[in-house]
This record gives sequence, structure tokens and C-alpha cells, in this order.
Amino acid sequence: MIWENITLAASSLKTNKTRALLTMLGIIIGIASVIAIVSIGNALESSVSTDLAALGTANITIAVQEREKENATGRLRPPTGVIITGKTPTSSDLITETMISDFKARFADVIQGISISYSGGSATARDMELYANVSILGINKDYATANTITLLSGRIISQQDIDGFVNVAVVSDKLVENMFPLGTDTVGKTIKIYKPNSIDIYTIIGVYEYAQDGPFASTASDRDMQTVMYIPVSTAKKDVLEKNFTSFTVVANADEDITQLTDSFQSYFDGVYAGNRDWKASASNLTLILDTVTSTLNTITLAVAVIAAISLIVGGIGVMNIMLVSVTERTREIGIRKALGAKTFHIQLQFLIEAVIVTVIGGIIGIVLGLALGVLASLILGVAASASIPMIFLSFLFSMAIGLFFGLYPASKAAKLDPIEALRYE
Amino acid sequence: MLELRGIFKRYFISEPNELEVLRNISLIIKKGEFVAIVGQSGSGKSTLMNIIGALDRPTEGLYILDGTPIAEMTDNELSEIRNKKVGFVFQTFNLVAKINALSNVELPMFYKGIPKRERRERAKYLLSLVGMQDRMTHMPNELSGGQKQRVAIARALANEPSIILADEPTGNLDTETGKMVMDLFMKIHREEKRTIVLITHNDELAKKTQRIVTLRDGRIVGDESNIAAFERGATV
Repeated sequence: MIWENITLAASSLKTNKTRALLTMLGIIIGIASVIAIVSIGNALESSVSTDLAALGTANITIAVQEREKENATGRLRPPTGVIITGKTPTSSDLITETMISDFKARFADVIQGISISYSGGSATARDMELYANVSILGINKDYATANTITLLSGRIISQQDIDGFVNVAVVSDKLVENMFPLGTDTVGKTIKIYKPNSIDIYTIIGVYEYAQDGPFASTASDRDMQTVMYIPVSTAKKDVLEKNFTSFTVVANADEDITQLTDSFQSYFDGVYAGNRDWKASASNLTLILDTVTSTLNTITLAVAVIAAISLIVGGIGVMNIMLVSVTERTREIGIRKALGAKTFHIQLQFLIEAVIVTVIGGIIGIVLGLALGVLASLILGVAASASIPMIFLSFLFSMAIGLFFGLYPASKAAKLDPIEALRYE
Repeated sequence: MLELRGIFKRYFISEPNELEVLRNISLIIKKGEFVAIVGQSGSGKSTLMNIIGALDRPTEGLYILDGTPIAEMTDNELSEIRNKKVGFVFQTFNLVAKINALSNVELPMFYKGIPKRERRERAKYLLSLVGMQDRMTHMPNELSGGQKQRVAIARALANEPSIILADEPTGNLDTETGKMVMDLFMKIHREEKRTIVLITHNDELAKKTQRIVTLRDGRIVGDESNIAAFERGATV
């Protein structure tokens, strides 16, 4: 019965192909936009997640932060790890080497490493007319575990380098291009680093690949861009009096629950800083940021998809309009069918199925088109296309529901026709 | 077997004005009869046909078709009666344009819920009965008027109805084709033993039936047996 109605509806649509296609157009555009928007949204989300994950979602940062005064009102709590008041912590408020090693001993079973970095400021490498801008970053040996550094040749900073306060550096391939245009093997070569009030000579021990979309990406031209030069943290701090740290990053073991660990680190440092009235150490992780970004993106995607879905309603009204025209045109046919014994539900079913076929075919075309648009947009945006299977399924059901909903009125109008009147209709 | 008892049909145009189209119609048509209902236009014969065909309900009176009183049925019940007990043949053929001859004949059986295979078999048999076996897959617009009417007659026979109701079946056909269609009705009456009610304003046509019921101003003014002439016609 249903199948016969489907073939019947299909044949009646075939006799009016152009009209059927135009009717479908609204549904096609609606479904295609919903699918395209959702896949682009998904693609962006996964791209953002990957970018953030590259920054290290397994990392927990411990940073010295000013305590909120108990009666302070009207002031938003600053994000963890950021010092926003004019006050500067004194050396005794900062994190000491001893505190780090105690902490490391306490949590030895859950942490993979502790990454410490110290900014040595901007400088320029010069050799005659050749130059390259660098920002100096003193790191410890665990820094490479917490951060993605892709070595092209040589090695990363070792504990011996740190213990020996030696002038060694890991530089970017961009620096190599600028300083060694002949492209010789640069590991073992020395470079002169000009700082505002000193000139140091560093031996290159490693070359890493500059990441165009990485966290330290530069917007300047290749010639003038500033890239990071990694040196031992001890060397970077050689000339400064302050030997303590404002923050450090913990790399947790892969299977640890980061949120839970963050909490236990927090309570550990709450204990350490219990005696300090102005300062505390806060533990934070990137998953918090990741969650916020993801949920924001999801909300935006949903909002835009809902707007696109409204166009589906408009498409549905188009279907209803054409179905009403079709009912009028086929009044006589309805009269004949009723005279031959068609009941109300037979006629209703016939027109409903016709409406559903239009919207479902429109839906399928829309899904294909939407996926294609999603892929195209992803290519343009440079993110990986990501179609959502439940979304496709949902769109299919939704287009069917539109057919049912907007076909119902024309169908019942057809079914209610008086057979005598309908047979007389010219 | 069909019985009308005291049938009135009135249309209310506005409160004081009502149009009485049928006035106290009482009529019994026996199984296997071939009856003509004649009358000028406006005599109420179309309204009577609608009531006999269960397309319409009388305002007053009793109508029993095959032992079932159908005057007060719902629309869907009337549909079922039309489907199982009435076969319509219209002046304008009324084939469904988008489907071929075979599917048109299958339509009443489709609504009765007969399985596809059985439907097809019977539709083929009926089309060959009316001499349309070579044009079963033709679309209605590929058929001549006479051919369309033959398909319509085959369709009217589909569910073995109690009555075949033919409303001016030759009205849109030329004399020769009209005669051919009329002969087909005679054949169906003779061979299939069907009750046939022919509604016409054409006296010549009426004279080919067994009984002539004359309608004027909504009343039956004549009901004569034409059996002698009918027998003569049948033996020719």
C-alpha cells in the first residue's frame, strides 16, 4: 500500500519535473546550509582543539599570583597565572628551586617533567651584513616535553648544559637561512648575539623547525622575523640577580586526570603559601580554556544552524503552496478516486507521500550539496572537513518531518473534497 | 437488489427558499435488471444517480442496497459501499490521466485492498472482456473516446459490483461508437449477469433496456416494462 503510493507519487512528480525541482529548491538550500555550517563548525572546533592541544592540554601551570583581598568587592578575579596589579612579588614570594624539587619529590609518580622557562629578552644575531632577530628563552631539559619543538638536526638543551652555565643555543631553521645562506651544516658553528648592553657568543647545538601556525608565530617577513632561540635556563639567568621563578609548567603523565591533578597541586601550593598574606601560587590547565573555546564555537554553530533551519521552514511553506496548487489541479482526479471507493485516508496518504517524497529528495540533494560545500569551505579555511553523521541523519528526518507537516494541510484539504463537486470540476 | 422508499432531496439555498430536487421517489430494481432512467435535464436524474451511486445522501427516505440501508452512512462508509457495490461509467469517461488503462482498471481493486498480482490478473481479464487486450499499457490520452469508455466499463466491473451505474455513457461518442458501447453493456448484462442502471435523456438508448423509468420535476412519472422490445433486440 505504502510502496504503491510511493511509486504513484513518484510518477506524478515525474510528469511535472520542473515544478518538483523548484519546490525542492527551498529544502535543498535549507538542508545544504545547515549541513555546510555544521561541518564547517565542526572542522573549526577540531582545528582549534588540535591547536590548543599542541600547546599542551596535559600541562598544568603553577604561577605566583596576588591574593584577593577578603573584602575586595567589585573586582573580577583575574585569570590564573596573570599578575594584574601594579604590585611586584619580592624574591621571597616567588617559587624557589627547592620548592620545585620538593614538589617534584611529592608528586614523582604522576608527573613526567617540570618545564621551566625564563625570557632573556630580544636580541639580534649578527655576522657582518647578515643578521637575524631572536627572542631568547632560557629553558630547562623538561621544557621540550611540555612544548612541541621539532628538531631538524642536533640536540636539545641537556642537564649538563644547564649545570655548566654554557653558552649553547637551539635556533630556528629561519635563523639558519638568514645567518648561513650557504646552507652548510650549522650544528657546532657559533653565532654572535648582540644584546642592548652585551655581546655573547653561542654555539649552535640544534636546529628546530619554525612552526608557521605555532604559539610563537611571527607576522614579519622571513628576513626580519623574530624566532625563538633556546638556551640553558641557567645561562639566561646568569646576569640577573633574581634566581627564583614566577611560574613553571608541570607535564603530567598521559593517563592522569588533569582536572583532578590541578586541584591536588592547588591544595599542595596552598599549603606552601599558607604563611604568605599577599601572594599565592595558582594551578591552572588548558583544558579549561579548551572547554570554553569549544562550547563557544558550539553555541555559534548552533545559532547559525538554527538561522539556516528557518530557511527550511520557508522551503516547507513553498512545498505547502505547491501542494495546494496540485490539489486544486487534480480536483477531478480526486473525485474519480473517491467515486471508485478511495477513503479519506487513501487520498490523505497519497498527497502526504507526495509532499514527503519532494522534501526527502530535496533533503538528500541538500545533504550532498551541504557536504560538498563543507569540504570546499574547509579547503578555503585550511581546516580538515568534518561531517557529522548524526547531523546528516537528523537533516534527513527533519526534511521528512517538513514534508509531513506542510503536506498535512493540502492532503486533508484534498481528502475533504466532496466527490460530486470534484467530479463536476473542469 | 436495490430499493428506494420515499426519497426526498432538498437543497437549502437560504432559509425560506429550498429547492426540492427529488420528491417522494420509490423504486425497486431487481438483481440482474437492465433499467433506464430517463428525463430531461433538470428532472433530477443526476441527483437520483448520485444517491443510487452512494455519492450523496437523501434528505429524507430510505435507500437499501443489497440489504444494507445506506442513507445515514458516514463518508468513509459510503466510500466503501461505492467501492464494493457500485461500478460507475461516466459520460466524460473519468479515467485517471496519469496512469495507463491497466492501472485504471486496477484502481477500485487497489482501494479494496486486493493483492497486486490478483488485481493485475483480473484487470487483464476485464480489459480483454471489453476488447481492449491490445491497449492495456496505453495512457488515457492515447485512446479514442470509445476505447476510453470501454476501459471505464472494465473498471466498473472490477469489484463485481451489485449495480453498474452508467450516466449518459454514449453522450460524448459518435453514433457508431455509441452503439458499440451500448452493445457492450448488453453483452455484460447477458454474460456477466450484472444489474445495470442507465441514466440518459436519449429515448432511443432507453428503448434498448428492459425497463424505462421516466423522471419529471423530481417525480417518477412513468415506469414501463420494455421487455418485449428488449427480447427482440437481443435476438437480432
